[in-house]
Amino acid sequence: MGKNMNKLKHLIAVLLLAPAFALAAGAEIKLDRAPIDENDQASLQRGARHFVNYCLNCHSANYMRFNRLRDIGLTDQQILDNLVFTNAKVGDLMKIAMDPKDAASWFGAAPPELSVIARSRASHAGTGADWLYSYLRSFYRDAERPTGWNNTVFPNVGMPHVLWELQGEQVMAERKVQGPGFEKTEHVLKLDKPGKLSPVEYDQMVADLVNYMVFMAEPARSSRTTIGIFVLFALSLLFILAYALKKEYWKDVH
Amino acid sequence: MASAPKEPVQFSGAGPLNAPISGVLTWVDQRFPLMSIWRDHLSQYYAPKNFNFWYFFGGLAMLVLVIQIVTGIFLVMHYKPSAAEAFASVEYIMRDVPAGWFIRYMHSTGASAFFIVVYLHMFRGLLYGSYRQPRELIWIFGMLIYLCLMAEAFFGYLLPWGQMSFWGAQVIINLFDALPLIGPDLSTWIRGDFVISDATLNRFFAFHVIAIPLVLLGLVAAHILALHEVGSNNPDGVEIKQHKDAKGIPLDGIPFHPYYTVKDLVGVVVFLFLFFGVVFFMPEMGGYFLEFNNFIPADALKTPPHIAPVWYFTPYYSILRAITEDFMLVLAIGVAAYSLLIWLTARNQLVKMAALAIGLVVIVLMKGGPLAIEAKVWGVAMMGAATLIFFLLPWLDRSPVKSIRYKGPLFKAALTIFVIVFLVLGYYGTQTVTPAGTVISQIGTLIYFSFFLLMPWYSAMDKTKPVPDRVTM
Repeated sequence: MGKNMNKLKHLIAVLLLAPAFALAAGAEIKLDRAPIDENDQASLQRGARHFVNYCLNCHSANYMRFNRLRDIGLTDQQILDNLVFTNAKVGDLMKIAMDPKDAASWFGAAPPELSVIARSRASHAGTGADWLYSYLRSFYRDAERPTGWNNTVFPNVGMPHVLWELQGEQVMAERKVQGPGFEKTEHVLKLDKPGKLSPVEYDQMVADLVNYMVFMAEPARSSRTTIGIFVLFALSLLFILAYALKKEYWKDVH
Repeated sequence: MASAPKEPVQFSGAGPLNAPISGVLTWVDQRFPLMSIWRDHLSQYYAPKNFNFWYFFGGLAMLVLVIQIVTGIFLVMHYKPSAAEAFASVEYIMRDVPAGWFIRYMHSTGASAFFIVVYLHMFRGLLYGSYRQPRELIWIFGMLIYLCLMAEAFFGYLLPWGQMSFWGAQVIINLFDALPLIGPDLSTWIRGDFVISDATLNRFFAFHVIAIPLVLLGLVAAHILALHEVGSNNPDGVEIKQHKDAKGIPLDGIPFHPYYTVKDLVGVVVFLFLFFGVVFFMPEMGGYFLEFNNFIPADALKTPPHIAPVWYFTPYYSILRAITEDFMLVLAIGVAAYSLLIWLTARNQLVKMAALAIGLVVIVLMKGGPLAIEAKVWGVAMMGAATLIFFLLPWLDRSPVKSIRYKGPLFKAALTIFVIVFLVLGYYGTQTVTPAGTVISQIGTLIYFSFFLLMPWYSAMDKTKPVPDRVTM
């Protein structure tokens, strides 16, 4: 019996520990943490400007209305003057003129719709913001790709590096590092030709853009957390009342 | 029954102010059994006074059912069941419908909450033997509710028309494809098309909003009527109806209303605190309640690298994936050993012969060369069996006592291991296939079925403690 119990304990231990081994075995993509702040309206507004300037030509945001940008502190007039370049009305969705079928024949695949991209790119490796922030900073020159660009976060990506003028051109460089008792080669991205922005400025610009894309993926997010605090507070009060009521009714049950 | 003229019912506190209300109630009661329903199911339904934490979850399951129906009605007002518009209409609800995001998150969180409270409710049944005589039918109605719930969740999950909606449905419908002879035609019939398409979405919508909810409500009514017929079990597993006072009221019973209505109210508030904590602060629940991939519209040409069902199906998904061709020998040996066990221990000659005959047929179908059925089909069968085997519990448990409080170490160990295995299988169902994961799922599958199939032996030979006459507080 004692021996069997021991076997049983071992089995339980193995079953419980097994998930840890499985996690250790999986290949992890290293994502940088996106330095974003959903309450920073200036950053969100800069991000919206970058989005309509650089993204909203090939990519659409079919579920997002321009006038939802009121939520990040803009007026309808400001939106129309600064962010709407077509004859769209302020209440229109952020659609684009390019036909997805044309796009598919030009680029190999139609550029994805971006309204909820920040939510869909989340994984257990990091949030969708982390993925986008890492991705937009990981393009490098690759002569073997049709566009001349490749990406470490999204290998063999179809999109060329749209922001190359700002970031400059990165290349894949080899770096020798001293391993434990042997030398090994690591592949790292190196800025080969600087762009209009310094690396720090470029990172900040991408962070603003990602901040906006997180907002766009769920515009109700900030009101949801605000309302949530009130709801949980009200439920806490209700708990006190309900508990007191229960105590009162149950005092004669023994 | 001849309808005798009803006596006007006297209501307590029928003062001058209450007179109109009491008059209306009397008027109604002479035409409809309002007061007797109220009495039979609430004010004079005597429940054991010793209910503990585990007894909150039945009422909470009802609450979640109401949340799902009400939020569902509002979602249907804005949702478009069409392959071209479904995904966009969900985003429309999230952005343009006033409080649409709130309704949608309540519904998506409610789906997971439903399974959490139902699993805990079922676990309560396992703990205190609530399925035992005379409550077998309550248990069977409850299990039918659980099956309906799984169907409801499965049909509902296709509706947002995201990648996981599409490919999850694809995986499950393809299971029917594996069935011999009728498989391919059956799966085409289910889809209404050769691929998952608009036709599939429309019929799943019909099942999700009309067919299954109707059946579900009927079963919930049957579950509660059966419960109120025999009376509730309790953590001691003693029958309170065996000790009644002069008026025929169980000595250990208290009226459900007001005692358990006020107590359940506390449980409801705590539950809502957790529920709204998820709704407002983590509606995706780390990708478990709303899968990240489901924010990408369904695309029949892009198979996601990793298709995982939602968490509440994952234990069964693990069992499905555990049944591989090289596992069939182990299963066949298991079946042989089980038939032998029945043959050695059964007293009835007919049972002995039947066990050997059925065992032999199953072994041949598992491992009998040209007669063997594919492992894939066995996987589907085992997955189905894993859910259906719960129905047999009332007859598998041979312990002389109902409650775990008086059961012995064997049953306690078995139940503990079963819960751990259920969670481990659930975990592996969310992961991609690895050799280690498969082996662990296979061991888990064997333990899962052993818990049920060996219960007649270990529950009968277990040492039990004497059960008290009356409930303990």
